[in-house]
Amino acid sequence: MSILADKNTKLLVQGITGSEGSFHTKQMVEYGTTIVAGVTPGKGGDNFENIPVFNTVAEAVLNTGANASVIFVPPPFAADAIMESANAGVELVICITEGIPTLDMVKVNEYLKGGTTRLVGPNCPGLITPGEAKIGIMPGFIATPGRVGVISRSGTLTYEAVDQLTKQGLGQSTCIGIGGDPIIGSSFKDLLRLFEADEDTDAVVMIGEIGGSAEEEAADYVKSEMTKPVIGFIAGQTAPPGKRMGHAGAIIAGGKGTAAEKMKVLRDAGIHVTENPSGLGELTKKVLG
Amino acid sequence: MKIHEYQAKEILREYGVPVPRGGVASTKEEVRKIAEELGGTVIVKAQIHAGGRGKGGGVKLAANADEAEEHAGNILGMNLVTHQTGAEGKEVQKVLIEEGIDIAQELYFGIVLDRVTGQLVLMASKEGGVEIEKVAAENPDAIMKEHIEPSVGIQPFQLRKLAFGLGLKGDAFREATRFFSKLIKAYEANDSSLVEINPLVITADDKVIALDAKMNFDDNALYKHKNIMDMRDLTEEDPYEVEASKFDLNYIKLDGNIGCMVNGAGLAMATMDIIKLSGGEPANFLDVGGAANVTTVENGFKILMSDKTIKAVLINIFGGIVRCDVVAKGVVEAAKNVKIDVPLIVRLEGTNAKEGREILENSSIDINVASDFSEGAQKAVELAKA
Repeated sequence: MSILADKNTKLLVQGITGSEGSFHTKQMVEYGTTIVAGVTPGKGGDNFENIPVFNTVAEAVLNTGANASVIFVPPPFAADAIMESANAGVELVICITEGIPTLDMVKVNEYLKGGTTRLVGPNCPGLITPGEAKIGIMPGFIATPGRVGVISRSGTLTYEAVDQLTKQGLGQSTCIGIGGDPIIGSSFKDLLRLFEADEDTDAVVMIGEIGGSAEEEAADYVKSEMTKPVIGFIAGQTAPPGKRMGHAGAIIAGGKGTAAEKMKVLRDAGIHVTENPSGLGELTKKVLG
Repeated sequence: MKIHEYQAKEILREYGVPVPRGGVASTKEEVRKIAEELGGTVIVKAQIHAGGRGKGGGVKLAANADEAEEHAGNILGMNLVTHQTGAEGKEVQKVLIEEGIDIAQELYFGIVLDRVTGQLVLMASKEGGVEIEKVAAENPDAIMKEHIEPSVGIQPFQLRKLAFGLGLKGDAFREATRFFSKLIKAYEANDSSLVEINPLVITADDKVIALDAKMNFDDNALYKHKNIMDMRDLTEEDPYEVEASKFDLNYIKLDGNIGCMVNGAGLAMATMDIIKLSGGEPANFLDVGGAANVTTVENGFKILMSDKTIKAVLINIFGGIVRCDVVAKGVVEAAKNVKIDVPLIVRLEGTNAKEGREILENSSIDINVASDFSEGAQKAVELAKA
């Protein structure tokens, strides 16, 4: 077990023939992910590395039974790509694309409401269930199978945390980057809930950053419903207010969303917080005893 | 992206949002001409991106064109310091000259994204003319909010709720609801990320006017709006940051003396944090991105080296898609053109880390290799002090 994806996941790739899409498709196949289809409008009927390419997501799903999609299409077309997958009934959509206009995501958010599709991202590295499936752009070699879940708003900082866990002898159940944009499909809270229910996860490492209030919502959930230990870190303790720190959502606005404030809320909720990003692995080991 | 008040008002005017009559000027002569055309009392307002201009002496009332010219003489070219500019201030290059308005009431109106609901939210308050963050902190109930449902858009009853809530009646009430609706159109049509009218003014004869206007835009959507992109004022931005943006680098200048170059925004923030935790101060945020190549790394490194306050540089790369050997080559290339006169601490992990370290060890550059993240930061702090 794990969350969101495993060896039974049948993945389709939107934008499979583009430079990003084709490169990462090869990497995902190499990792062992089952990729059943690609979608590039106008290239239906082609093949990419023996994967059939379709014009629409609906056709791809009908012909291959794909139940997850990963999106590599350029920002102006990415919102449309997410909605196309949702419309075709794809259960899990992971959008890697960075730079989608916020108002496009407002529409996507509305479109997905009440539906059965779970969106992860956009502007995220995707996920890995070690040894089973890798969806997105995370380097596969750093992760090892095990029982710690990892959720993060960042890409490389996720790799850092996963690497620390691995070096402490702690494997991972599933590692997910949820994305650094102001509007994202799955929040910390959504995924904590899945990890809480997953019998193969013993603890969760949660890596937040400045801006917004997703960490505070997660803390609320942890305090009221979560029984498994959560280990937390918030990046951006030294970030100046009013400056966007790379990620579109990482900004301290109107004095709100600072790292200090978030760490306090996390601590008050019983989350094991470290101020030192290089201490995540060690702290997790200590918490698990 | 940020723009000036006069630019925001030009956009609002296009959408039929009432703003004071006026014009922008960069010389005293132009100021006189505009003031004469407007006639009577005028206001001279310094045009810089930061708020708090009035308190800093950048906004003056003038009874006539002579006074307007005199004020403009003082304001143009002045170094305006406000709570938002930092101690170094901003040089004023343009002023906005506007007709005097007979103010009966000052209110607040803003539109922004609510990240929790993923919807736009309208905010209105009777407490206009003061910082809304302060109102939000001290008296949150004084701010009324209405969300826009994306599928149906704003509904008239919501606008009525806000206008009644502001205590408006008669003509002012009707004008306010129209004002709000036009402002929403201006926001949505231009992919704004923030619109603030503070103060929103009710005049003695019941007119509703945007006395001040602030508009920010979503950087991700600028490709749709060339007219907005053309409004970018590079003189308002940090020159290092402008240089970095040319190479698709995310760079932000900070006050410390330890430079850092990292791949990924989260790891870059965490690197700054660990420098601070080790007793140092970061000089910058620099994310070379997930697709860094030899050229981006080289350019990033050159920007760091041009900052003379830097006493040590920490390179922290966790290779995933970005390969460590590529980063190492970028540093070696940069070293051919720029003199490296500060200690260089390198931590490479992940894809091709070994190859990367070998490239650096075999080069003529003097580097300090760190085996992990915290060791890298500690070495950087020590060497910066030495």
